[in-house]
Amino acid sequence: MGFDTVIQVLDSTLRLSTPLLLACLAGLFSERSGIFDIGLEAKMLVAAFFSAAVAYTTGSVWIGLLAGIAASLVFAGIHGLASITFRGNQLISGVALNFLASGMTVLIAQSWFKQGGRTPSLIGGARFEPIDLPFAGSVAGVPIVGPIYSDLLSGHSVLVYVALLAVPATWWLLFRTRFGLRLRAVGENPAAVDTAGVSVVGLRYAAVGIAGVLCGIAGAYLATGLQAGFVKEMTAGRGYIALAALIFAKWRPWHALGACWLFGLLQALALRTDVVEAIFPFRMPVQLLDSMPYILTVVILAGFVGKAIPPRAGGQPYVKER
Amino acid sequence: MDVMPKWADVILVPVISLLLAMAISALVILLIGEDPVAALKMMVQGALGSSYGWGYTLYYATNFIFTGLAVAVAYHASMFNIGGEGQATLGGLGVAIVCLAVPWPHWALALPAAMIGGALFGAAWAAIPAWLQARRGSHIVITTIMFNFIGAALLNYVLVNVMRPEGSMDPATANFPPATHLPTLHELLAPIGINFSKSAPANVSFLIALVACVAVWLLLWRTRFGFEIRAFGRSESGAVYAGISPFKIIMGAMLISGALAGLMAINNVMGEAERLVMNSVEGAGFIGIAVALMGRSHPLGVLIAAILFGFLYQGGAELALWTSIPRDLIVVIQGLVILFTGALDNMVRMPIERVFLALRRRRTEG
Amino acid sequence: MTDLAETSGAAAVAQGPAPAIELRGISKAFGPVQANRDISLKVAKGTIHGIIGENGAGKSTLMSILYGFYKADAGEILINGHPTEIPDSQAAIAAGIGMVFQHFKLVENFSVLENVVLGAEEGRLLKPSLAKARKLLTQLAQEYEMNVDPDALIEEIGVGMQQRVEILKALYRRADILILDEPTGVLTPAEADHLFRILRGLRDEGKTIVLITHKLREIMEVTDTVSVMRRGEMGATLTTSETNPEQLAELMVGRKVLLRVDKAPATPGKTILKVADLRVVDEDKVERLRGISFEVRAGEILGIAGVAGNGQSELLEVLGGMIPATGRVELNGTALELTGRACNGRNRRARGIAHVPEDRQREGLIMDFAAWENVAFGYQNDPAYASGWLMDNAGLRRDTEGKMKRFDVRPPNPALAAKNFSGGNQQKIVLAREIERNPDLLLVGQPTRGVDIGAIEFIHQRIVELRDAGKAILLVSVELDEILGLSDRIAVMFDGRIMGERLPNETTEAELGLLMAGVSDGKGAT
Repeated sequence: MGFDTVIQVLDSTLRLSTPLLLACLAGLFSERSGIFDIGLEAKMLVAAFFSAAVAYTTGSVWIGLLAGIAASLVFAGIHGLASITFRGNQLISGVALNFLASGMTVLIAQSWFKQGGRTPSLIGGARFEPIDLPFAGSVAGVPIVGPIYSDLLSGHSVLVYVALLAVPATWWLLFRTRFGLRLRAVGENPAAVDTAGVSVVGLRYAAVGIAGVLCGIAGAYLATGLQAGFVKEMTAGRGYIALAALIFAKWRPWHALGACWLFGLLQALALRTDVVEAIFPFRMPVQLLDSMPYILTVVILAGFVGKAIPPRAGGQPYVKER
Repeated sequence: MDVMPKWADVILVPVISLLLAMAISALVILLIGEDPVAALKMMVQGALGSSYGWGYTLYYATNFIFTGLAVAVAYHASMFNIGGEGQATLGGLGVAIVCLAVPWPHWALALPAAMIGGALFGAAWAAIPAWLQARRGSHIVITTIMFNFIGAALLNYVLVNVMRPEGSMDPATANFPPATHLPTLHELLAPIGINFSKSAPANVSFLIALVACVAVWLLLWRTRFGFEIRAFGRSESGAVYAGISPFKIIMGAMLISGALAGLMAINNVMGEAERLVMNSVEGAGFIGIAVALMGRSHPLGVLIAAILFGFLYQGGAELALWTSIPRDLIVVIQGLVILFTGALDNMVRMPIERVFLALRRRRTEG
Repeated sequence: MTDLAETSGAAAVAQGPAPAIELRGISKAFGPVQANRDISLKVAKGTIHGIIGENGAGKSTLMSILYGFYKADAGEILINGHPTEIPDSQAAIAAGIGMVFQHFKLVENFSVLENVVLGAEEGRLLKPSLAKARKLLTQLAQEYEMNVDPDALIEEIGVGMQQRVEILKALYRRADILILDEPTGVLTPAEADHLFRILRGLRDEGKTIVLITHKLREIMEVTDTVSVMRRGEMGATLTTSETNPEQLAELMVGRKVLLRVDKAPATPGKTILKVADLRVVDEDKVERLRGISFEVRAGEILGIAGVAGNGQSELLEVLGGMIPATGRVELNGTALELTGRACNGRNRRARGIAHVPEDRQREGLIMDFAAWENVAFGYQNDPAYASGWLMDNAGLRRDTEGKMKRFDVRPPNPALAAKNFSGGNQQKIVLAREIERNPDLLLVGQPTRGVDIGAIEFIHQRIVELRDAGKAILLVSVELDEILGLSDRIAVMFDGRIMGERLPNETTEAELGLLMAGVSDGKGAT
């Protein structure tokens, strides 16, 4: 297996890990504020559809991106309404939204485009085009570093870089700002935040809103960057893998990046059976590769490799005690 | 203090939630340019207007009864089992192995064996998340979700690499031998002079599902183990005080839950497809969540909700056949029902509670 | 009562500048329960004002309204004479009010500094805010003798220290009015004394302090004025120096209180329970019981006194089979299983131990279950409650009807869910279930917590009757009065050890208080 192949696989890893990373950070904000979110999948799916549909209709991928974010925010709003305002079961709300998104996208796609629940293929300005980093062309010839810079790091859509920048941004927001302190506090003990004179509801809606924006970008990337249009169920369980990555990362931003790269690598390998055959001395079933993120997460959850302790107030609606 | 009378809690709240879900569904139909009233008429006609329609409605309902009961039993132990899909998938594997491995002389012998196979495999798939919850404290919701995906991958592997007949390109098992074919409602009802549709898939499994409802009711409200499940589900610290072992309850309730989900396979795999195919569960495991929520985790409620969802499924299929409304409408309705009866329960409940509170005040003052 | 309020209380606050706090006609209902009814109150600036009342009298609700934690249904709040709307805690803080809740509102895995600064940060960035806060915090801590390590995590410091963090939180927000809700419940007498010193210091600085408590001793010791709440209504306001505990007790319950229980002297028989070197280590590897030894004989009540959290709960839980332990426990001469699968409540019951747990709502009852289901709770495997495979629900209902009649449970409706009974009636259901088992040993934890006064007497009588029937009784209570009134012998626990044993008629509250604070004189029978 040559160096070129490694670069190709890693390049594919970077692209496949982007939606995972954005969704994972979305989950991080939500769950750090004490709101469990198993509806990441739903938000990505509606965002994928609306970004593709609007990008196709307007011809502008940027308007598409905004539409995707808006759709994702609507779903985040419903989740907030159910789990913050009406103090419902956050898990059930997530399950409900996943179904709603799954059915709704196909229903609207069918009545809008009449192409069997998909959008037409996106071309030109309706898609995110790869952008070349400065000097990508001129350093390509340099051994080792050249290909890494110009083939692996350069030549991705802008959203890939947005996702990467979101990691330090999340870390900074969470651990270096007032908002971050309050957000972490509300996920640990909302009563402490409430009695300190800060609105629990406001903080949690803010967190759920940020999750909505990030999922919106993730979905838009799927439909307008990674692929050229929306197809039914195109998220294909990525929301759950992101959730798994979040647990794997123990709700920490930099670790989330590592977990998403690992799971992205697994996805990239599943697409390259030739590489898999070259790596493993035995016949590695592709199904095992597919389910590896889930198996790893179960192992982590089981606490055999360090314990994953979620935010203490996670999953419980905040009710002032009687 | 109870603010509402029991009937309001058990009937009024779910019915209003359901009506809200229906109203929004009607709005969705209207938005995609179709007539909701005509759509409803077509659904009723298609699902309930003929014994053919009923045959499908009851076939779907049978699946949902099993998965709904599965969710309900776990819910009474305060376990949210989202893994019905995976457990039913594995149940299918158990049923397929039983049907293919033994040359059964008659379905009446094959059925109990298949039930054991399906239940065992379903229970086994629930056992690992249950053990992890009971011993390691791993959140059962996340682990059962993960096991759905792992189960799907496992079945994929088995169908492609192990159980696929030689020469077949189709990732599915061989057809089950004819002796294992279950009698349909047509065959069961013919001797008593009822002419039920021949081509509908509803079969003897429906009767077993009804028996399962009664059995679950007896388990939960008449046996000591059921008493302990309900006590544990309401208060874990109380259970420890009463000498109830949390480990025993978590394992027991989840194994029963998984077994019920696995039992579904006698309907869809053995009764209908008569072979095991990829994605044979078709989301029934998830619909079990909606069914259990609407049925307030009571077997009678589960039965009613399962038939309602059976109606929605068959009606939705008819709609997709005759109009341009895709079958995915059912998924939307299903999502809305879970949203309103589950997550937004308080939104419906709080105004009703206020009404009852005002009524009570007036009564005591007047 | 009203005449008292007019003569002494109202007079004390009527003159001078505007009161720091004035409440007018505050009412608050939770669903069908009226927690506060038309409450008016004045607290003068620079005083320590006590609010006393039984559990459930509505004290905490009233103060939570003042802190903006709950919203009143009706009424008006005046701070320093100005009408003030307090819709949330933000508004309360802005009005100069700070509150130390009974259950601390701290983020466990944050540092002291982060907890103090939370919600009162100087700017959007954390670092400058924390630096500024550190300076101010050190200054405050020195001023009021409240030394805390700003970088220690909350989960690593003791409750006394955590309480100081709560007070510092309020002072950091420049509170002029400080409300403390049952602040001494988790403190030893010595820690409580330190707290009172701090409070007096704050008062002398001109701050106004409201102390909520159900302990008469604290009112007498530290307050300047006191008002009494009963059943959601504000009774009298009195000057502390002009009243006495008996008068306050009477105002609290609305009639003369029998602080002593009528009982004949005990006639102890053979040893029923023998405990030797009992040790418990909890999940955090902290030793909760550090080698406990004692005996309880037939026909006597052994009372375990102590400040909450000194191992009494663990003692009950070990004997009730709820948690494992090491050491030796014998019942009627045979050892009990202290570890492994046989160590559970079911086996303990089979051996003749009945258990009225400390927390009836979390442990003793399933609140959603009907009364008759709760009568089976813990005894669901009893053959008497089963017919074959199934439970004998009809028989259980009949049995429950009898129990409800004999224990005067109101309303006597077996189908009613436990949550719909009052605290006293809930406790009677638990007591009926456990006492009618005719156990050799009865474990009772906090038998009258949150129970109305009428039910208290009934419950005490039943416990004494069981003793007179020749049973052994182990009583755990944080109420010293209850321990003194009921026990035939008293053992005092501190920090997982028994500090000493006393006979109730040969000891005083002061002596027991010293033992509860960990001051041992070596006379103990450990």
